[in-house]
Amino acid sequence: MTMNRQETEQLIQEVLEVYPEATGKQRAKHLMANDPSLEKSNKCIVANKKALPGVMTARGCAYAGAKGVVWGPVKDVLNISHGPVGCGQFSRAGRRNYVTGHSGVNVFNDINFTSDFQEKDVVFGGDKKLAKIISELDTLFPLAKGVTIQSECPIGLIGDDIEAVAKKSARDIGKVVVPVRCEGFRGVSQSLGHHVANDSLRDWVLHGRDDDPGFEATPYDVAITGDYNIGGDAWSSRVLLEEMGLRVIAQWSGDGSIPEMQITRHAKLNLLHCYRSMNYISRHMEEKYGMPWMEYNFFGPTKIAESLRKIAAFFDGAIQENAERVIAKYQPIMDAIIAKYRPRLEGKRVMLFVGGLRPRHVIGAYEDLGMEVIGAGYEFAHNDDYDRTFKELQDGALIYDDATSFELESFVERLKPDLIGSGIKEKYVFHKMGIPFRQMHSWDYSGPYHGYDGFAIFARDMDMTLNNPCWQKLKAPWQRASAETIQAAA
Amino acid sequence: MPNVMLRNNAAGQLVFYVTKKDHEETVVALEHAGPGAWGGEMELADGSRFYLEPFDQPPKLPLTVRVKRL
Repeated sequence: MTMNRQETEQLIQEVLEVYPEATGKQRAKHLMANDPSLEKSNKCIVANKKALPGVMTARGCAYAGAKGVVWGPVKDVLNISHGPVGCGQFSRAGRRNYVTGHSGVNVFNDINFTSDFQEKDVVFGGDKKLAKIISELDTLFPLAKGVTIQSECPIGLIGDDIEAVAKKSARDIGKVVVPVRCEGFRGVSQSLGHHVANDSLRDWVLHGRDDDPGFEATPYDVAITGDYNIGGDAWSSRVLLEEMGLRVIAQWSGDGSIPEMQITRHAKLNLLHCYRSMNYISRHMEEKYGMPWMEYNFFGPTKIAESLRKIAAFFDGAIQENAERVIAKYQPIMDAIIAKYRPRLEGKRVMLFVGGLRPRHVIGAYEDLGMEVIGAGYEFAHNDDYDRTFKELQDGALIYDDATSFELESFVERLKPDLIGSGIKEKYVFHKMGIPFRQMHSWDYSGPYHGYDGFAIFARDMDMTLNNPCWQKLKAPWQRASAETIQAAA
Repeated sequence: MPNVMLRNNAAGQLVFYVTKKDHEETVVALEHAGPGAWGGEMELADGSRFYLEPFDQPPKLPLTVRVKRL
C-alpha cells in the first residue's frame, strides 16, 4: 500500500511518541513526508546536525570520510593512519575500491600503514615518529607517488604539527606529502571528512603540475569525479564515456592517482557522480581553472540515457550522435534484462537508508525494474541533497534524515517493505526481522552497479535477494501448515 | 563576514554558496548588476540579505568573495 502525505505524517507522529519530549521535538525536524513540488528543503527538514545523545545513529566520523572515502581509493599514495592502530586496521580494504596494479609495488590502498601510537607518543608527541615513518615508507615503497597523513583523534587533542612535518618530509623525499586534519571528533558525521579531504587535495595536490606544459589536451577530455570504483563502478561508467568518443583523463578517486589528479585541470568538463563528497573540489576547480562541472547519474537505463544526453549536449554534434548510438546499442540489451526481471520484481516496495547520494540516485534503477521506493533517507546528507531528492521520490514517501535504529526498525515494521537497501550495521537486524536486504554501500560484495553493465548485475542481485527461497523458510513447518494439509494428514 | 562563492547555475541564475555551511541559495535581487558597478546589497531566495563591496566591472564567475550579513 502506498501512503499519502497525511498517513505518512501520522506514522511519524506515532513512532516519535516513545521519545522523551525534547528528543521527540528534535527528531521530528528530521522526518517528513515527501512533497515533490518542494524546491527548497531548509524549511521542512533539518539535516547535517549532531546526533542526539542516547539514540543509535549509523553515522561515521571525519576520519572515515577522509581516509575511507576520498583518500582511500587513490592507488598510488601511502595513507598513514596517524594515531592508534585500530582506526586504520578496521577500515582497511572494507570498501572494495578496485584498482589496477600490483599491491605493495605500485598500488597501496589495501595495505594499512599506521604510526601505532603508544602512551609515550601521546605524552611526548608523535612528530618525530611520523617523519621517520615517512622516510622509511619512501625507502620501502619507492614507486609510491605520495604520502598522506590521516589524523586520528589523539593528533588533534595533543596538538601535533603534522603540517610542519609534511612540509619538511616533502622536501626530503621529493614527493607529495599531504597532512589531512580529519580527526574523528570534528563535525557531526563523515561528511566533514569529505570536505577536509577535498580541501587537502586543493591545498597540497591539485596545483602540482600547473607549470608543466607537457600534457597534450584534446577537446574531448573529461574527468570522472566522485566515483570510488566500488566493485568496479568507475570502470563500467568510463567505458560508456569512451564509447561516446570522450577521453577520461582522470578518475577521482576510485582507481585514481596523484598524476591524474594534477592533470585534471585540462579536462573540459568535470563529471560529478557523488555530489556530497566531491562538490567542494569541483567548485574550486571551476573557480580556479574555469572548468564547469555537471552532476550525472549512471544507475538504471533511464537515468543513464538521460545523463549521456546531458553530457553529450556539452560537446559537439559528433559526440551527440555517438551518445545516441551508444544508447541505441545498449537499449535492446537493457530491454531484455528488464523483460527477464521485471515480472519477478514488479510492484515490490523498497526502503533505502544510505549515505549521501544513493537514496536519490538509485530510485531510477528501481523504477526501471517496476519497483517502488516508499522511503528514503540519508545518513549524512545536507540540505542541498534533500533539494535534489524531493523531485526523484514519489509523493507521500517517507524521508528520514540520520534515522536512529529505533526509528528505522519502527518504520520498517509499519511499512512492511519487500526490500531494504542500507548498510552493514542494519543488515542483520532486518534479516532477523525476515526482510530481504541489500547492502547498498559496497553492493553486498557484488557490483559494479553503475552503467549499463552494472544495471544487469543490479537487476540480478535484486531478484536474487528478493526471490530467494530462504524467505519462505522463516516459519516452522507446523506454523505454516494450512488447515487443508492438516485435514489431509488426518 | 562569511566567505561565499558566487557562480551562475545552469539556468543562468546567480547562486550564492556558503562554503563552510554547504548552503546554496539563489540570489533574487542584486543592487548593482550593470557595467560600471557590480555588487552591493543582495537578497537571497530565503529572504536573508548580504552586502558585497561593489566591483567596478562584472567579475568573472565563479568567484569567492567575503560578504557582510545585513
